[in-house]
Amino acid sequence: MSQVSTKRYLSKTAKNIKPSGIRRFFDLANQMEDVISLGVGEPDFVTSWNVCEAAYAAMENGYTAYSANAGLMELREAISGYLTKQFKLRYQPASEIIVTTGASQAIDLAFRALVDPGDEVLIHEPSFVAYAPIVQLAGGIPIPVEASAESAFKLLPQQLEAKITDKTKLVLLCFPNNPTGATLDETELGKIAEVVKKHDLLVLSDEIYAELSYDKAHVSIASIHDMKERTILISGFSKAFAMTGWRLGYLAGPEVFIQAMLKIHQYTMMCAPTIAQHGALEALTNGLEDVTKMVTSYRQRRNFFVKACNQIGLECHKPGGAFYAFPSIHKLGLSSEEFAEELLKEEKVAVVPGSVFGLGGQGHIRCSYAASMDNLQKAIERMDRFLAKRI
Amino acid sequence: MNEKDLEIAQILEGGARLSTDSIADMVELEKEEVEKIIKSLEEKGIILNYQAVINWDKAPVNGGVAAMIDVKVTPKRDIGFDGVAERIYRFPEVKAVYLMSGAYDLSVQVEGKTMKEVAYFVSNKLSTVDSVLSTTTHFLLKKYKHDGVIFESGQKDKRAVVSP
Repeated sequence: MSQVSTKRYLSKTAKNIKPSGIRRFFDLANQMEDVISLGVGEPDFVTSWNVCEAAYAAMENGYTAYSANAGLMELREAISGYLTKQFKLRYQPASEIIVTTGASQAIDLAFRALVDPGDEVLIHEPSFVAYAPIVQLAGGIPIPVEASAESAFKLLPQQLEAKITDKTKLVLLCFPNNPTGATLDETELGKIAEVVKKHDLLVLSDEIYAELSYDKAHVSIASIHDMKERTILISGFSKAFAMTGWRLGYLAGPEVFIQAMLKIHQYTMMCAPTIAQHGALEALTNGLEDVTKMVTSYRQRRNFFVKACNQIGLECHKPGGAFYAFPSIHKLGLSSEEFAEELLKEEKVAVVPGSVFGLGGQGHIRCSYAASMDNLQKAIERMDRFLAKRI
Repeated sequence: MNEKDLEIAQILEGGARLSTDSIADMVELEKEEVEKIIKSLEEKGIILNYQAVINWDKAPVNGGVAAMIDVKVTPKRDIGFDGVAERIYRFPEVKAVYLMSGAYDLSVQVEGKTMKEVAYFVSNKLSTVDSVLSTTTHFLLKKYKHDGVIFESGQKDKRAVVSP
């Protein structure tokens, strides 16, 4: 049998992409039994039953074929109406919206359509682990911009401006933020928008957690004056509608950009799953009440968990959105990885090391409070015991 | 009832074992304020009781039997259905009574140790109540969902322990 030199066949791109920092920890945690998990980036609610019913009905009625490349027109119309109602944004369903296979594919499409080799993309960090690798896959250069704990992980305009060069093309924003839960209000976004306009840049705004805003209504940067024409909005159904496994997201933006993305989408993904699109249509049509209930529950758990963290000595800013707390572990003298690993092994509580989210993440851990109150209380007791041995 | 009252009532409905401290943190009030609100909700009769929903099929005891009984009645002069319902709900065997629209008037939920005991209650006590015209007894065979709680679902967290 001849030996295959596998390394010869792997592309440079595939070889150069680093595996996600979460992956290693995922493997470790998922091998253990009876773990209280604060390590998940998804809702603990299951998809609303009416959404599941709509998907069954779609199958029963034979809607099992491809949809239009950009997605079912009824769904695009529903997305357009939803964005208008919730965030005062107006997009044409026929030309300015694409339904994608999750927000992840939406991000990939946007970068592929907008980034040329050598283009720089500014990404505020800590942030979702996939952004920088997807920029690299598109040939671009991810440039991290640190949003520090001192500013409650809000991105400051001067920090952004300091990283802009002649090669900068895009700014990626994600608010409410994974992993910090930070949000930006209209004034703060306005200042970011001024920098973006001054340097003639585009914004990719990942607003997948928009509905999960607790203290103030979410504001999209696309709704700021003169920003719609230079913003690609990304969102989806995973977080607000508890539909992570349905893999359904969308892109909205100026026609010229969206149509370029549609070309790539039609050759690579063809269309998002039709059955899931029918479920999403039901979610937007009749599911907003369920969203409100879930948001109330997350807010209550955030209030409890963040206060409890501070009480046991884990200094934690109060996140305005998403379902993550990002407490500091600096005073323990352990790295984020060491803390997470020891906590998992000693007390069976899974959290994600902050370092995997990039600059500013070291010395923090990401705790998802998308968990039952019972589990949150137990996790706090165990973390308290863990800290007592070390402080 | 203001927003915080409602929020606290909903939290307690979802899990009455939560401590006042935890509820205070959840709704961002002081513990004393939460205690005051709960007391006021109890006094107003908004919070009536704190109960555990138990799946007796899983408990290692000889479970009893439950029955839903459709009851047709003649409403009494002056007191209507309410007086008849009161006569019925005062029996300790009766766990719930509802006034219904449709084919019958009252739905009475009864629990007993054995089927015989329930049958005895229906024939000797319920049927003999003045105004009761007829009864139809349905024995409860299995509980799938009760008080909003699903009894036998794969309700385990199906998420991976760590995810992006």
